[in-house]
Amino acid sequence: MTDSDIFNQPYDILIAGGGNAALCAAITAARAGASVLVVEAAPKAMRGGNSRHTRNMRVAHDAGNDILTGPYPVDEYWDDLLRVTGGQTDEQLARLTLDRSKELWDWHQQQGVRFQPSLSGTLSLGRTNAFFLGGGKALLNALYLTAAALGVQVIYEAKVTDLNITEGVFHSAQVQKEGEVFPITAASFVAAAGGFEANIEWLSEYWGEAAQNFLIRGTPYNRGEVLRLLLNKQVQAIGDPKQCHAVAIDGRAPKFDGGIVTRLDCVPFGIVVNKHAERFYDEGEDFWPKRYAIWGRLVAMQPEQVAYAIIDARSVDLFMPSVYPPEQANTIEELAKKFTLDPQRLRTTVEAFNAACRPGTFDHTVHDECHTEGATPPKSHWARPIITPPFYGYPLRPGITFTYLGVKIDAEARIIMHDNKPSPNMFAAGEIMAGNVLGKGYLAGIGMTIGSIFGRIAGQGAAQAKHRPE
Amino acid sequence: MPKKPMKLDTSIHAEANRQMTICNACRYCEGLCAVFPAMTRRRTFSDGDLEYLANLCHSCGACYYACQYVPPHEFAVNVPQIFAQLRSESYYRSAWPRTFAPLFQRNGLIIALAATVAIALFIGGFVAMHDPDALFAVHTGPGAFYRLMPHETMVALFGGVFLFAVVAIVISVRTFWRTSGGGTIGLSDLLIAGQATATLRYLDGQRGGCMNEDEQPTDRRRFYHHCTFYGFLLCFASTSLATVLHNLLGWHAPYAWYNPVVLLGVLGGSGLLIGPAGLLRAKQRRDPQVVSSDTRGMEVAFLAMLLLTSASGLLLLVLRATPAMGILLALHLGIVFALFLTFPYGKFVHGFYRYAALIRFARESKLPVAGTAD
Repeated sequence: MTDSDIFNQPYDILIAGGGNAALCAAITAARAGASVLVVEAAPKAMRGGNSRHTRNMRVAHDAGNDILTGPYPVDEYWDDLLRVTGGQTDEQLARLTLDRSKELWDWHQQQGVRFQPSLSGTLSLGRTNAFFLGGGKALLNALYLTAAALGVQVIYEAKVTDLNITEGVFHSAQVQKEGEVFPITAASFVAAAGGFEANIEWLSEYWGEAAQNFLIRGTPYNRGEVLRLLLNKQVQAIGDPKQCHAVAIDGRAPKFDGGIVTRLDCVPFGIVVNKHAERFYDEGEDFWPKRYAIWGRLVAMQPEQVAYAIIDARSVDLFMPSVYPPEQANTIEELAKKFTLDPQRLRTTVEAFNAACRPGTFDHTVHDECHTEGATPPKSHWARPIITPPFYGYPLRPGITFTYLGVKIDAEARIIMHDNKPSPNMFAAGEIMAGNVLGKGYLAGIGMTIGSIFGRIAGQGAAQAKHRPE
Repeated sequence: MPKKPMKLDTSIHAEANRQMTICNACRYCEGLCAVFPAMTRRRTFSDGDLEYLANLCHSCGACYYACQYVPPHEFAVNVPQIFAQLRSESYYRSAWPRTFAPLFQRNGLIIALAATVAIALFIGGFVAMHDPDALFAVHTGPGAFYRLMPHETMVALFGGVFLFAVVAIVISVRTFWRTSGGGTIGLSDLLIAGQATATLRYLDGQRGGCMNEDEQPTDRRRFYHHCTFYGFLLCFASTSLATVLHNLLGWHAPYAWYNPVVLLGVLGGSGLLIGPAGLLRAKQRRDPQVVSSDTRGMEVAFLAMLLLTSASGLLLLVLRATPAMGILLALHLGIVFALFLTFPYGKFVHGFYRYAALIRFARESKLPVAGTAD
């Protein structure tokens, strides 16, 4: 079938986006008897939004099973969510997400997704998170195969460029493919097209010039175009537009799509300095993932959004292997030159830190007693003098994972309009509505949970909406 | 066709090193097969490490379809393809005698030539030994085959070429073991690796099958490989049994259809028809992205020879009491002779290298994983 053949058919449901949430919606709707068109902005090889880069999904469970040690009760999950969001969550939607997360393990397996036994302990998430065998792209492959078997039509490299909405009711959309614009009429619409983190211009509205130095960890296709269309059409926004999830990643990473391998886990083993060769935060404050999640923002607030992690030979093998080799030198001054830092100032910073380190037993698996006294800022744990050559350094940049601004929805995944009324036939799922549940912070794997739960709810709702008299 | 360089192609090692460094920072594939857990036991990769990992790879393709970094991503990771190139590189590097190493690079051609020459020699030999009429005469009853070629000659020819193949392969695999950084082997390692080899544990993608033409897992390659492998073993058992019957009991071939020699041969021969045919078809339909075009000739030639061996053997069985027997016997013996002769310099060796790699994997499974500080 050619593209125009696909576009010229009538559909019950149009879904914008092609990630996990979109596919959960498509499969659920198709199983409910609806005809579905999925419009994915990326080419097939890059399909799936940020789901392509994910690895696991956080699911509540009452007992251990093949892949999860257990239990992970809903109450504990709720406590974890409250802690990271500081209470910035819609309790009704959050409770719904966590309660129903128990179903996902079975549901995804029924769609052909396979999970793997928790293995080497790369991440200490074997109890709380179900790992996709082969990762997020393998999950997407399984979902796409199932969707195709159910008759779902998918069109790649196609963008939704306009939405025809009157008084909260969706009528049609304009879809652009290879410069040609096709009008698509459908009985209902599901927005599952992600956030706007790959849209540097939009990020600049909140971050100014600094946004130019951000690296985008995930897909370059999350440009927020569907989100923008909706927000311009009387849809209520949710979430802080300035908030984005940022981690400190290797400064040499690609501008877009670097994904998991750009992660750098060396911060607690040494010191981190800015371009003035000065420390600016407690490197030993906490373990992954808390430490990991705060450093992106910290680096983003430094001049030119750059920082350098400095360690010595004793620490170089203590963290996950990195994709780019560290810079290496036999003296601190030599290392400073490699990063165009002032050698004397870096030497002074390192010596001040070394002098402040109190003796103790180093143990990177617990909050050990190795700390500094008299250093500003302090280092609370894992503080060891940086004295054993060769010395190693990694450049750091803010790596943006996702944005929080989204569309407000209700428990049926219906999009809420400015008059506080839910749209009868517009639904949202995934990153585009995750801000309802996750007002700030992050809990590893919860993005996939939110996407899966609201994808299924949206798919169900959209399939039923087509029968409603308008 | 341009000749390939007859020396170590370090660019393959450098590229495999680059890709493994990316994989080791990702590790999403660690549940798919043995390669990725083996990878996580090191932070850097020597040439030997890379050859070990390459031979641990069963080329199931699951990691290619699961990888977020395959082309067109700029990281351009394609583990099945680079490992296929590296495997043939490792065969080449370890080949014995060294002089014959270049045969790997033209294995398809060499096999075709060897088979043609061997068949011609057998036909010519039969004729030279007897008058041409004997070649087309009907020979029946015990010892019928030996009226065309004396048993001692057959033993000398096939025993000789078989012994040569065994010695060449043993020396090559030992070289591979040492240069790739092997070590001492325990009995339990042999058994664990043997089980993984016999069941093709790592070709099943964790019970989902392997990927062939697209991201849909199937179990067909594993099935056809089992047919081939066990078919070969049954044929080997049949030949071994015939040797025992001949030498200890004085029972001479051809044997009756109900004799275990024939039953094993028919069963094995059927496996060697179905298996290689299925693998050839799977190869034809394979996503060209996950294979190395450099090794295709070697792979196709090997499968074709196995197919010809079983086809000519089964045909011989059916037509052994007709005037076609002489030509078919010459054809069959010529093919088998060429197959044995080229064993050490073609795709056949992959099983031994893989078994060696699986032994090392069993041995290393007790070692810690690099970078699990958290």
